[in-house]
Amino acid sequence: MASLNVRAALLSVSFLILALGIWEMATQPPEAQTGMTEYEMLMGGADQESRVPPPSAVIKLAWAELSDPFYDAGANDKGIGIQLGYSVYRVLTGYLAAMAIALPIGFLIGMSPLMYKALNPYIQVLRPISPLAWMPLALFIIQDSDASAIFVIFICSIWPMLLNTAFGVANVRQDWVNVARTHELGPLRTAITVILPAAAPTILTGMRISIGIAWLVIVAAEMLVGGTGIGYYVWNEWNNLDLASVIFSIVMIGVVGMVLDLALGKAQKMVEYKE
Amino acid sequence: MNKSFLEVDGLSKVYPDGQGGDLTVFEDIRFALEKGEFVCIIGHSGCGKSTILNVLAGLDEASSGNVVMNGKEVKGPGLERGVVFQNYSLLPWKTTLNNIVFAVRARWPKWSKEQVREHSERYLSMVGLDHALNRKPSQLSGGMRQRVSIARAFATQPELLLLDEPFGALDALTRGVIQDELVKIWEETRQTVFMITHDVDEAILLSDRIFLMSNGPNARIAESVKVDIPHPRARATIFQNPAYHKTRDYLVDFLVNRSGSALPEKDGSPKFVEPARGDATAASAATESEAESAARAVNA
Repeated sequence: MASLNVRAALLSVSFLILALGIWEMATQPPEAQTGMTEYEMLMGGADQESRVPPPSAVIKLAWAELSDPFYDAGANDKGIGIQLGYSVYRVLTGYLAAMAIALPIGFLIGMSPLMYKALNPYIQVLRPISPLAWMPLALFIIQDSDASAIFVIFICSIWPMLLNTAFGVANVRQDWVNVARTHELGPLRTAITVILPAAAPTILTGMRISIGIAWLVIVAAEMLVGGTGIGYYVWNEWNNLDLASVIFSIVMIGVVGMVLDLALGKAQKMVEYKE
Repeated sequence: MNKSFLEVDGLSKVYPDGQGGDLTVFEDIRFALEKGEFVCIIGHSGCGKSTILNVLAGLDEASSGNVVMNGKEVKGPGLERGVVFQNYSLLPWKTTLNNIVFAVRARWPKWSKEQVREHSERYLSMVGLDHALNRKPSQLSGGMRQRVSIARAFATQPELLLLDEPFGALDALTRGVIQDELVKIWEETRQTVFMITHDVDEAILLSDRIFLMSNGPNARIAESVKVDIPHPRARATIFQNPAYHKTRDYLVDFLVNRSGSALPEKDGSPKFVEPARGDATAASAATESEAESAARAVNA
């Protein structure tokens, strides 16, 4: 018997073929039962009803797009690579800015019960706000659509990182803190050599949640601000009624999201430790 | 006043009892340690042994009283006092070697990398762990972890070593082996050691004096028992010494029959007794079988 991985892969592929097969069958144009009506002949035999494109059409389009992902033929015709590049750039910029704020403040809150109590009410009120609700305010204040999208990413990815850092830092085993104390480590060295590695798995979990949320939000944000990015691309293709492109970009959003998550997963593995 | 290496004066610890009142765990703890002494402290659970040790370590604060070491008052933790915790307290993301390096570097920040490494490896080989330098604590058995922890404490060469029931979580066989190793290291280094244990045999094997605590609340260190057995000692032969049995009977009798009511001298210092000299009258009060079953209970 083949190994579990091989069997799982075979099963995965057969599910894919099955699903694509059903999709392909379901989207065939109906065979003309009778001769074409006068109208149909006038319309070149086109079917009145618009249909979801079959997977074969989507794959053909994907092939064409992916073989030249970085072409740039004007504002409304850019390659998928360029569009995804814009989105990834915005996500990473907002995400890194959130990290620069969330990690130090998370440390502070985690180490000081006073700061935790003082800041907690604000966090609890700000956290449940949909990041897109900030958009009008951001557009008004920043007056730049690109920077506003980055701000929205910043505001949505800050909370999981902040809370997980605070939680991880606050729950470092007292024994390890005592080890630092009996070795006369100063506060900064304790933070770097004991608390940071001890809390790192929890912090990375927060960062992983954040990158997932940021990638969800960027699509919606770009639909609003327009111009560039994968979210804008989806909406633009919808306006063009090019459903094959819409389906293709949906798949690409999934793939890029998975890659981002895998990267953070790798980082998480690196800082994990067993007790 | 004579100047001992470590002087503990009038220590007490009071906690709120949760019903609006106060609970005094121990009070008026007075004792002194001399340089190079190995002292164990035995008492029933709840008498505050661990708290006393944590106060000496500077990790906990007493409600009253003070601790003076080398003429300086102990306030907060310090590198001149090393601690071995019962649960090892190794940093799990560091390898065995790096756990020691961490401590050595904190102790001697100016040392070169090679010097730190060489020193750390020497202490790891003292506890027989040269083969496990690059393993993480999670890949070590409980006994090996405690060896690392002991090596870490000895490697920083503190003036006072505090051991908080270091073998409590180990099986009997492993415990015996590490006890022998501890005896060996101690013979080499002659550190001043203050150790908590529940094991009467362990206390006799290791210590010069044994402090006996009365039961809490309001626990005291009632007696200081001299262990009159010459060094070097070995687990396999120590029971051949007549002083061993006299001391053991005396300790077991205290723990079984007298720990509820025992009191120190009027001035608060522990009563000094030498069971091996035959002045331990109380030992005869317990019959042999009672003493044996009690010893098992204490060991368990």
